[in-house]
Amino acid sequence: MKSKNLLMHICLIILAIVSLLPFIWLVSTALKSSSENIFAYPPELIPRHFTLENFFGVWKQIPFVAYIYNSLIVAFFTIILNLIFSSLAAYPLARMEFKGKNFVFFAILSTIMVPFQVIMIPIYLMVLKLNLVDSVSDFNGFLGLILPFAVNAFGIFLMRQSYMGIPKEMDEAAIMDGCNAFELWYKVLLPMSKPALATLAIFTFVGCWGEFLWPSIVLSKQTMFTLPVGINHLQGVFSSNWRYISAGAVISTVPILIFFLSLQKYFIAGQNQGGLKN
Amino acid sequence: MKNYYSKYTPFLFLIPAMLILLLFFFIPFVESFILSFKSYDHSLYNPTWVGLANYQALLGSKEFWQVLWNTVLFMVVAVPILVVLPIIIAVLLSQNLRGITIYRVISYIPVIISIVVAGIAFKWLYNYDGLLNYLISFIGIPKVEWLTNPDIAIYSVIILTIWKGLGYYAMIYLGALATAPKELYESCDIDGASVFRKHLAITIPHLMPTISLVAVISSISAMKVFVEIYVMTQGGPMNSTKTIVYYIYQRAFENLDIGLASACGIILLIITMGLSMANLKYFEQQNQIG
Repeated sequence: MKSKNLLMHICLIILAIVSLLPFIWLVSTALKSSSENIFAYPPELIPRHFTLENFFGVWKQIPFVAYIYNSLIVAFFTIILNLIFSSLAAYPLARMEFKGKNFVFFAILSTIMVPFQVIMIPIYLMVLKLNLVDSVSDFNGFLGLILPFAVNAFGIFLMRQSYMGIPKEMDEAAIMDGCNAFELWYKVLLPMSKPALATLAIFTFVGCWGEFLWPSIVLSKQTMFTLPVGINHLQGVFSSNWRYISAGAVISTVPILIFFLSLQKYFIAGQNQGGLKN
Repeated sequence: MKNYYSKYTPFLFLIPAMLILLLFFFIPFVESFILSFKSYDHSLYNPTWVGLANYQALLGSKEFWQVLWNTVLFMVVAVPILVVLPIIIAVLLSQNLRGITIYRVISYIPVIISIVVAGIAFKWLYNYDGLLNYLISFIGIPKVEWLTNPDIAIYSVIILTIWKGLGYYAMIYLGALATAPKELYESCDIDGASVFRKHLAITIPHLMPTISLVAVISSISAMKVFVEIYVMTQGGPMNSTKTIVYYIYQRAFENLDIGLASACGIILLIITMGLSMANLKYFEQQNQIG
């Protein structure tokens, strides 16, 4: 039994090394001073002279604060709109009978079948038509980044699932107390759907924070860059200065890493389950 | 329960979401077909109707067929690995071992890291005098031109995609393993079956629905691969890593050939249609629709 556990641990350690190595190599390069040859062969994983000068250097030249600010604005409002719009739309789909319900239902469902990449060109033309671009104003630029992702079918169905798990007796009691439809949603269904709202918020954040394709299409001003666009831009700015590129990439990863580590129980399946016996 | 809402109430709740979907999904969706029949060659503001000319141009272009082949190659290589390897990882991560949570968290870090950062990290790892070539020299493999050799570059991109996806799919399997029939494992233990046989006989059949789900979603995402390529190779060398979405992006936003790019988008839609329908079926089952 002991030896089998040891074997498992070895496999898991290999998995951990493979998962982390590319990132560790970036950190190592970012920590090497300019007196060290980062192209040395054989490569050296542990820097000979630790330095933070690359971090300070890249921080001074690249407006990270602006990138992070832009990414936070976009993520924050995308999350808020998703929470509001999805939880509103899910309510009649879970609780009401009305003409055209099936039609609405399948219309929303059908959006899952079409990849964003298929319709990104007409969406871009739509955004242009509505003047939601950063050449008009920063505010419009933000709207162009946020609105196309302000709602999605997964969010609506997630909220619907959550409502359907709430006993109908709760509704009846609320109506007896004189609640109207809006109050029923706001005072009963929404407070009881906190776990679903949290899940929706977290996954919207992760998707939004890493989004690259759409901002790289609509953004024209560097001051409006979100973090992923800004980090990719590093490659052009510092061409082969891998110390700075690495330092910049590491800096950009810190926020999402903190976010993930503090909320990891939402990401990792089966946290509370007993493991499989072997 | 007496009726507490009028016949218009449901629509009041639906309006915000439907308005967004109308503007940024349904209208663009219809327009994507219309655009594919137009040519923007002469003016960006006065396109001309050209019928099927964009489709003919695409099907007659060597570049398009290479792009299609690259995408299919990407899928055929990446998907089987992304379906099978995470099962093994999930079984490992499901063990009751000391520190298992830490392993679970670490194996999910590649999923959480921005794909742009991952692309930069791998580009640096793939450097000719870089760490990876040094590591493989220990098992006697000579230095590889990971991103500059047209025969190899696409596999180097695939390795990144796999690295980034393993944790994600492993978590899906891990969730499914939680409901595995524990009594069966125990009776297997009594019978003295080997670990390997046990998983073959119990785990795999139990995971079957999840396996097909993973096959579908990893195929769809393979069809849509873009950022890795944009960050690492820009489609090169010699178009060897150019995939459908990269081609659409380049045609539409660099060459402003909106008609041709839209036609290519429609072809992508048709190719992914079957996969999307399968995806929808799983989604429906999960959400008890109907």
